[in-house]
Amino acid sequence: MGKIKVENVTKIFGKHINSALKLVEQKKDKTEILKQTGATIGVYDASFTVEEGEIFVIMGLSGSGKSTLVRLLNHLIEPTSGNIYIDGENISKMNKQQLRTIRREKMSMVFQNFGLFPQRTVLENTEYGLEVRGIPKEERRLKAEKALENAGLLPYKDQYPSQLSGGMQQRVGLARALANNPDILLMDEAFSALDPLIRKDMQDELLDLQQKVRKTIIFITHDLNEALRIGDRIALMKDGKIIQIGTGEEILTNPANDYVRTFLEDVDRSKVLTVENAMIRPMSVNIELDGPKVALKRMRDEKVSVLLAVDKKRDYIGYITADDALEASKRGEKSVMNIVRVDMPTVPPDMLIQDVLGIISESPTPVAVVKDRKLVGVLIRGVVIQALSSNSEGVQLVEQYT
Amino acid sequence: MSNILDSMPRLPVADLTENVMDWLTDSFSPLFNFFQKGGKSAMEFITEMLIAVPPIIFIIIVALIAFFATRRKFGLAVFTLVGLLFIYNQGLWEELMNTITLVIFASIIAIIIGVPIGILMSKSSVAEQIIKPILDFMQTMPGFVYLIPAVAFFGIGVVPGVFASVIFALPPTVRFTNLGIRQVPRELVEAADSYGSTGWQKLIKVELPLAKSTIMAGINQTVLLSLSMVVIASMIGAPGLGREVLSALQRAQVGNGFVAGLSLVIFAIIIDRLTQSLNKKK
Repeated sequence: MGKIKVENVTKIFGKHINSALKLVEQKKDKTEILKQTGATIGVYDASFTVEEGEIFVIMGLSGSGKSTLVRLLNHLIEPTSGNIYIDGENISKMNKQQLRTIRREKMSMVFQNFGLFPQRTVLENTEYGLEVRGIPKEERRLKAEKALENAGLLPYKDQYPSQLSGGMQQRVGLARALANNPDILLMDEAFSALDPLIRKDMQDELLDLQQKVRKTIIFITHDLNEALRIGDRIALMKDGKIIQIGTGEEILTNPANDYVRTFLEDVDRSKVLTVENAMIRPMSVNIELDGPKVALKRMRDEKVSVLLAVDKKRDYIGYITADDALEASKRGEKSVMNIVRVDMPTVPPDMLIQDVLGIISESPTPVAVVKDRKLVGVLIRGVVIQALSSNSEGVQLVEQYT
Repeated sequence: MSNILDSMPRLPVADLTENVMDWLTDSFSPLFNFFQKGGKSAMEFITEMLIAVPPIIFIIIVALIAFFATRRKFGLAVFTLVGLLFIYNQGLWEELMNTITLVIFASIIAIIIGVPIGILMSKSSVAEQIIKPILDFMQTMPGFVYLIPAVAFFGIGVVPGVFASVIFALPPTVRFTNLGIRQVPRELVEAADSYGSTGWQKLIKVELPLAKSTIMAGINQTVLLSLSMVVIASMIGAPGLGREVLSALQRAQVGNGFVAGLSLVIFAIIIDRLTQSLNKKK
């Protein structure tokens, strides 16, 4: 049972809605319906389920119907046909009073241009939701101040929205939504009006927040990088239709059609690819069994100058270099134990490539990929750069090595 | 050809209107009487109160209001001081007080009627389509015409003057209220809705505050229009500066006409700037 369930929802704007709806049932496409009836399809037969505590991203270019879809969820726009269930209750069948209760208690919305009331102070904006619910002044003031404090905005509570920067205004927008303590947050292009750096900060804050409070979040965006960064699952929309739903990984590795594929070409791959995608199989020596001679032979065979050192359980220990192995062999040592170096950086496999680029460029050695102390792979500079450089070739290259 | 046109009997529009007016006057005469008596005594009371204030104190108070309303600038305050002293000096003080009463009454009634109609128009496109042509009609019909039903209903005097002024001055308030509410950004209306506001909460907490400056611009127009009606209303016996203009006209006294007209202009400028600066104030 999902938190939000959308069932065959269609929204048609304009005249001749009934005949347009018939054409929708016959699976005619948007332009044909527009030509025949003059009606515009906002959302076309959308169905999906959002689980509790999930960040569900709806992504599409402008005109794809994503903003209409999110407004259908709280009935700011009424669907032409289909059903929307919140916690199993069909909101399409609710009267005004019931719908108001849902809006007041279950879901809050955050807007692209912040939707703050200019004549109200930050504090008065934050308590708006509580105010319309009829919560006593003292209580709502406390709750609103708490919400502002969590957002680090308490010192600004008596300012007017126009006195704050865009990022701060949107923090107020978010604080206003959270002051209501809703289960569901609807975020309509919430960060799209912010400049890129602030935007990234806000995404981080949202993710931190989600760690703490676990809301069900519907996040609308036209930016694929943003979608991949924050979405647990992503629904891709075009011409009012949902064309693919899946995790970022699923959509990237398995685009449903050419449209999705062209969409993905714009992605900055460093923000999507993880270490796992770019690492290669490590050449290793077992420090408990192998001696310097074995190590040297393996280096010659594999044409490498460094081997990673592991123990019997394949736990990562360090690495040995060709020079050290040669000298140890000359000294007649039987084990590589004494020449293991430990100054190689290690990273976990699920880290984003963009976050390890700095480590890779600063390290004179390759970087070990370690998961639960086990050595799972190694990052070599050349391969990482190739993986980032061009889409398909890079992926193929990575696949070859892994 | 012209025979065909001439052979058509004249449609009895004028007679019909007259019959309707007669019926209204007969059926509702107690009501009209009540308004006439009540309105007259209320307005006379206000005028007497205003006259009872020593003119020099009155002038200083208005000048101070002008000073603070324009954020401590001297321009309007000095103009008010000099202008009002001039009117007093010309012996038109009592007439000015009568005019103020008439303008205040007509404007307040127009606002009380106009704002709710404007709200209704903004909420319902059907209402907008019905009311808009009526407003056009009200604004294009020459102001004199309103004097006729005003006299029929209320006889002569200040009350029919207010009645005609209200009709004449109503449209801007209605239009601007409608416009102001419709201009509230969509996102803010959605924000109000998405937090579960009732219609009233949305109107009181979001729409009216945001439409306030537009509505005030409409009210400013209404006040000025009702002032412009003062001269016309004097034709049916409304007292005030208008009556001076009218009698100067009837006796072809250019000088008196100019002085009374100038007084009206001074008063118009003062209330126009005052209502505008009240609107600008945060």
